[in-house]
Amino acid sequence: MPTTITMPQLGESVTEGTVAQWLKKPGDAIEKYEAFVEISTDKVTAEVPSPVSGVLKEIIVKEGETVPTGTPIAVIDEVGAATQPEPALKAPHASPMPARPQPARPFVARPASRNGGALNPPEVLRRVSPAVRRLARENSVDLTTVRGTGDQGRITANDVLAAAGQGPAAAMAAGIMAAPQTRQPAPSAPAPPAPSAPGRSTYDRPIPGTLVPLSQARKIIAQRMVESKHTAPHAWTMVEVDVTDLWNLRQREKDRFQREKGYALTLLPFFIHAVVQSLKAYPLMNARFSDEGIQVLKEINVGIAVAVGSNLMVPVIRHADNYSIAGLVVEAGKLIEKARARKLTADDLTGGTFTVNNTGANGSVLSAPILNGGQAGIVTMEAVVKRPVVVDDDKIVIRSMMNVCLSLDHRVVDGAIASAFLVDLKKRLEARRSGEGL
Amino acid sequence: MAVATTGTTTMNNVEAVRHTLYEALKADPKTLIMGEDVGARGNVFLITKGFLDEFGPERIIDTPLAEASIVGIAVGMAMEGLKPIAEIQFADFIYPAFNQIVGEAAKTRYRSNGDYTCPLVIRTPYGGGVRGALSHSVSIEALFYHVPGLKIVAPSFPSDIKGLLNAAIEDPDPVMFLEHKKTYRLVKGEVPNGHFTIPIGKADIKVAGDALTVVSYGFYVHQAIEAAKQLASEGLSVEVIDLRSIRPMDKTTILESVRKTRKLLIIQEDNKFGGIGAEISAMVVEEAFFDLDAPIRRLAGPDVPAMGYAQTLEEEFMIPTSRMADVMREMVKF
Repeated sequence: MPTTITMPQLGESVTEGTVAQWLKKPGDAIEKYEAFVEISTDKVTAEVPSPVSGVLKEIIVKEGETVPTGTPIAVIDEVGAATQPEPALKAPHASPMPARPQPARPFVARPASRNGGALNPPEVLRRVSPAVRRLARENSVDLTTVRGTGDQGRITANDVLAAAGQGPAAAMAAGIMAAPQTRQPAPSAPAPPAPSAPGRSTYDRPIPGTLVPLSQARKIIAQRMVESKHTAPHAWTMVEVDVTDLWNLRQREKDRFQREKGYALTLLPFFIHAVVQSLKAYPLMNARFSDEGIQVLKEINVGIAVAVGSNLMVPVIRHADNYSIAGLVVEAGKLIEKARARKLTADDLTGGTFTVNNTGANGSVLSAPILNGGQAGIVTMEAVVKRPVVVDDDKIVIRSMMNVCLSLDHRVVDGAIASAFLVDLKKRLEARRSGEGL
Repeated sequence: MAVATTGTTTMNNVEAVRHTLYEALKADPKTLIMGEDVGARGNVFLITKGFLDEFGPERIIDTPLAEASIVGIAVGMAMEGLKPIAEIQFADFIYPAFNQIVGEAAKTRYRSNGDYTCPLVIRTPYGGGVRGALSHSVSIEALFYHVPGLKIVAPSFPSDIKGLLNAAIEDPDPVMFLEHKKTYRLVKGEVPNGHFTIPIGKADIKVAGDALTVVSYGFYVHQAIEAAKQLASEGLSVEVIDLRSIRPMDKTTILESVRKTRKLLIIQEDNKFGGIGAEISAMVVEEAFFDLDAPIRRLAGPDVPAMGYAQTLEEEFMIPTSRMADVMREMVKF
C-alpha cells in the first residue's frame, strides 16, 4: 500500500522546507522510524523518520527544492520488496541510461551534454567502476557525455558528480568543459585534468582554482547578510571595558560552578546578563524598524552566534531577562551543545531581538558585525588582553581589558543612545566584583 | 618506574610494553609473566628486566624452551582464575603452541558452555626488516586470524600499545598481542600516564584524507604515514587507517572511509596469499561494492617461505616507502 509522505512542519511558524538530502534512494528498504530524508528550513537541518516500514517507491521532490509544508515529497510502498527491477542496471554499457519512470512528477533529465553529443569511445565506457555506474544511475547522468579526468580518460566518481552538477568537484570539471582555456597559452594541448586537484573542493577543504558549491546554509547566510547590509544603515561604535574584576570573579568561581552545575563558567553569561540589563535601560536598542514606526519589543530574546563547522548559527535564549547568571550558563550551554550536535530546532533559532557575538573566542580584538534578522543592535565581546591602563589616581597599572563593539541600525537609534547603551553595559561589566546572583 | 597518573611520558615501544606490564603486575596480584628468558635475563629486549627481583619467581616464571608447555600451562592457570601473560620469545617459535592456542585457548569458553573462560595474553615480537632472517622475521597473524575465539591485536604506537595491552590483560578471553620488533626502539611517542584502555577491535585513523583509503598495521603503518605525508605535499589527500586490532576487525571505520574515498589500498608485511588484506578486500567488496571507484589493491610480502638473511633478499621482501607512495599516487590519479 503506497503511503504519501509530505513535507513536515519543522517548528512553529515554518511554512516551507527544503529537501537537503535523500538518505534513501528509490528501491531502498526503510524501517519505521528510520531517517530517510534530511529537510532543512532556514538554518535547521533535521532528519525525518519514516512513519511506516516499506520500500521507497518514488522521490517527488528533488534535493535542493523548496516546497510548502504538506506538499507530497515521496511515496513509500508499505508492503514487500521493490516492485520493479532497476532498469538502469540492465542497460547495455555503451548506451545512454534510460530515464527512470517517474509517473507523478517526471524526472527532469540533465542536459544531455555540455558540448553537444557523445564524447566517449566504447573502451572508456567499458571501464566504468561500480561507484560511477551507481552515481550515474542515481543522478540520471549519461555516461557517454561525461569527460573523464582519470587515468587514460577514465570517468571517475567525481566526474559523474560534477556532470550531475552537484558534486563538490562539479565546478572544477564543469569549468573545464564549459569555459575556454583562457589560462592555457598553448591551445593545442588538451584540457589538463586539473593535476593539482584530485580531491573534491569543499568549504572545509577548498582547492585553489575551483568553485566550492553553496550549501543550503551558506546560501541562507549569504542572502541574510546581503539583505541586512542593504536595508539597515549600519553604524558602529566601541568601548573599552576593564574586566579585571569580572575575570578574577570567574576564575574564583569556575571550579565550584563546573562541579555544581556541570557547565563551564565563561564570561559569556555575565555578558549576556549585563546586556539584558542595559537593554532594559535603553529599550530602543531592543527594537525593530518598520515603515510604520519603530517597534519597541517586549520580550528580550538574546541570540548567541555559534560557529558550527563551516556554518554560523544564532540560537536564541528566549526571555533572557528571566535568568540569573547560573541560568544563563545552563541555557547557553544547552543551546551551544545542541548547535554542535546539529540538533537545533527552528524554534531555537527564531525570535531573537538582540545578538551577542563572542568574537574574542577567535582572538579578535575588534569587529564590525552585521546586524542579524532586522534587529537594532549586535554587540561583540572581543578577546580579553592585559594592557597598561591609566587609572583614576594617574597611576599606570596592568588591567585585563576587553573591547566591546556595537553595530546599530541607524534608522532606529542615533549615536547618542547607542553610546549611552554601550557605556551603561561597560559600567555593569566593570561593577561586577562579587559572585552575588550567580 | 614512573608513578605519575596525569600528563604524558615519552616512551618507545619497548618502554611502553615494559611500563604497562609493570603497572599490571603492580595492580593485580593475579597477573604473572611466563616465558623463555623473562626472568633472570629480563627478556631478550630487556622488557622484563628487574621484574624477577621485584615480583619473585612465582609471578615471573622462566620456562624451558617448550612453547607448547608455556601456552598449555598458561591456559590452565587462566581457566582457574589467574591472569597469565605468556611470552613467546619470537613469533617464529610459536608453532609448537598452535594446538594449545587454537585447540584449547580459543575454544575454552565454547566447550565449557561459558563455565570457563581463558583470560590469557600471549605476547610475542613479530615482523622483519631487522636482519632477523628465517627464525626472527615472521608475521603470524594470518595463521591465527581464521580462528574464532581468538582476539589478535598488533598496535605500533606506544600509546596504543599501553591502551591495548591493558585491554588485553583485562579481557576475559585469550588475546594474542603482537609487537612489531622493528618498531621497538625506532618508534617513540607520548603515552598518557595512569591507567587507560583502548577497546580491542577499534581501528584508528592516523592521517585523515579523502582521495584514497590506506589500511595497514605494524611497522608499515609508519611508512604509510610517511608516504601519505609525501603525497599531501603534492596536494594528494590520503587517509591512513591503523588497524591496531586484526580480529575483531573494525569494519565500520574501514567502510566509512572507503565510502568516502571510494578507493582502498591495503599494505601488509605478511605474505599476500590469504593474508589480512585478503579478508579486508573481500569484506569491502561484499559491503561497499557500489562505492568503489577503483580496483582494490594490496601491497604485501611475496609468497616465499621466509625472509632471507642476505640484505638484498630482505630488501626484496620489505616494501620501501617510495613504493608505497608510488602506488598511492597511481591510485589517487586512477
